[in-house]
Amino acid sequence: MPRRVITANRLIDGVVVWRDAAGRWREEIDRAAASDDDKTVARLLSGARTDEAAGVVIGPYEVEVEVEQNTASRRFLPTHLRERIRAGGPTVALH
Amino acid sequence: MYAYDTLDRTFVAQRTAQFREQVRRRLANELSEDEFKPLRLRNGLYLQLHAYMLRVAIPYGLVSADQLRALARIARRYDRGYGHFTTRQNIQFNWISLKDAPDILNDLAAVEMHAVQTSGNCIRNITTDQFAGVAADEIEDPRPWAEIIRQWSTNHPEFSFLPRKFKVAVTGSASDRSAMRVHDIGVRLVRGIDGAIGFEIWVGGGLGRTPMIAQLLRGFLPKEHLLGYLEAVLRVYNVEGRRDNLYKSRIKILVSTLGIERFRDLVEAEWTLTSGPGLRLETAGIARMQSHFRAPPYADMPGRSREFEAKRLEDSAFARWAKANLFPHKQPGYAAVTISLKPIGGVPGDLTAAQMDAVASLADAYSLGEIRVTHRQNLVLAHVPQDRLHDLWRALDALDLATPNLSRATDIIACPGMDYCGLATARSIPVAQRLSERLAALDEQYDLDQLSINISGCVNSCSHHHVGHIGILGLEKGGAESYQVTLGGSSAEDAAVGRIIGPGFGAEDVVDAVETILITYLGQREDSERFLDTVRRVGQDPFRRALYKQP
Repeated sequence: MPRRVITANRLIDGVVVWRDAAGRWREEIDRAAASDDDKTVARLLSGARTDEAAGVVIGPYEVEVEVEQNTASRRFLPTHLRERIRAGGPTVALH
Repeated sequence: MYAYDTLDRTFVAQRTAQFREQVRRRLANELSEDEFKPLRLRNGLYLQLHAYMLRVAIPYGLVSADQLRALARIARRYDRGYGHFTTRQNIQFNWISLKDAPDILNDLAAVEMHAVQTSGNCIRNITTDQFAGVAADEIEDPRPWAEIIRQWSTNHPEFSFLPRKFKVAVTGSASDRSAMRVHDIGVRLVRGIDGAIGFEIWVGGGLGRTPMIAQLLRGFLPKEHLLGYLEAVLRVYNVEGRRDNLYKSRIKILVSTLGIERFRDLVEAEWTLTSGPGLRLETAGIARMQSHFRAPPYADMPGRSREFEAKRLEDSAFARWAKANLFPHKQPGYAAVTISLKPIGGVPGDLTAAQMDAVASLADAYSLGEIRVTHRQNLVLAHVPQDRLHDLWRALDALDLATPNLSRATDIIACPGMDYCGLATARSIPVAQRLSERLAALDEQYDLDQLSINISGCVNSCSHHHVGHIGILGLEKGGAESYQVTLGGSSAEDAAVGRIIGPGFGAEDVVDAVETILITYLGQREDSERFLDTVRRVGQDPFRRALYKQP
């Protein structure tokens, strides 16, 4: 199975967030918890839905990522362009 | 321009307070997202890719200098220092926090603005000709009628839960600058056989997944019956329109399914039943509304300014801008100026907060403190003395707002696309930017005037790609962006839906494809024939052969 992370938008400001291994919501995709194991992804998503019910985030879902790993860092790159734009921001200058 | 009365102020204040409480309850998790979403959408607040987006209503595109300054403050304080003007003559802010939304609506209310009915299945912002009230070819100023429709449709209890969104455009000229025939209802002021002025009513236009051009519903409607007749149309739609299928829920599908004759019969029957005196507009009320839009106190000047003519001769850059961006004014000695929001390689329709403030000051100094937003995502200063055009042009040039490209190849309409929009299937802005850069030189060399290129990032067609002379629709195909190209569309009085030229192009190839189309046009055009007329004359074959290397 491909590696996946969990994302949502934060309720208070709509900012894109990614769920880490400790159940915190991070603004940087590289800090997300990723797994290729269905059960682990389901557990991460279940925790995200609990946060959704609590009014922390909106609309959590899974995103497929590729991993760029080197000795110094690990980077996640969503396979789908839409998610790459969500993770990295607009591809055009903001003025 | 229209000034709020007590009723308007009370309504907007109540709505703002109501939404503040709804936001509080949402943030306290007393409302779920499912419960809250319809409430925020009724106040123009969407959740997009990166943040909330607030769409602020600019009724018929008319905004005062003070209102534009308020929009600049909002952009600076609550957003990231810019806004995006839309094809409904509204403005969108892309980086809004939910917690700030009530304060923003408060700030808007302070300058008689709001975000009501900029979303949802209701009657949306009424649009009109950006040259309303100043166009020499106008039968009558459409703005009082747009305002009458705005007031009638605002919070209308019967039409707050229509089968789908509903868009109305009003125009006062035979030349349609309001894209009237791609609206659910198009209203056009016309002169009847006896010389009296009334309305043509068009119905069933729309773009999106199933593009259709509006059909004539009634050739002449006396003025006093405008609201009664519109109410009858909306009632028939509200009852007969489909609610079981999102893609078949617009009025265009109903009109197309029933046929215009049957639809007309239903409307006329409904109108006969309900057109009592309560819905009849009184002459005094119409006059009161028209008084808000009375011609401003123009100076008495000769028709041609010697100062303007002299500057045109001595300054070629000014002459080029004047040729492209000026529109004849009905008042001698004045001109209507279009400020292009399409700098070469820029983001179509975007304006920074600093530019908003500067344009507001220029409007105060040169154009009676008034600005208009066009459905082509540009701005207009409608009352500029010709003597002062050169000074205005220099000031605009310093702001990077003097691109001389109105209605030319680089005057591209683009939606936010996948860079911002949650519905988009492909990006629009980067394609627009690359096209603008590529076509600027071609335009300079070959005079690509009277050409509209419209780019939408999904089938919802916010950029009206179906009616662009060249339309580009961004889709996702096999995980990659793919751009479908249509030729021959028009949103003007010769309205038509463009035809797909063939298989789509990848993101890397679409700019080359458009260039090939234009080079083919240059080889085919006769004299100064515009692109649309060449396509209509020669058909699609020459373009298809060039694009797909067919013999």
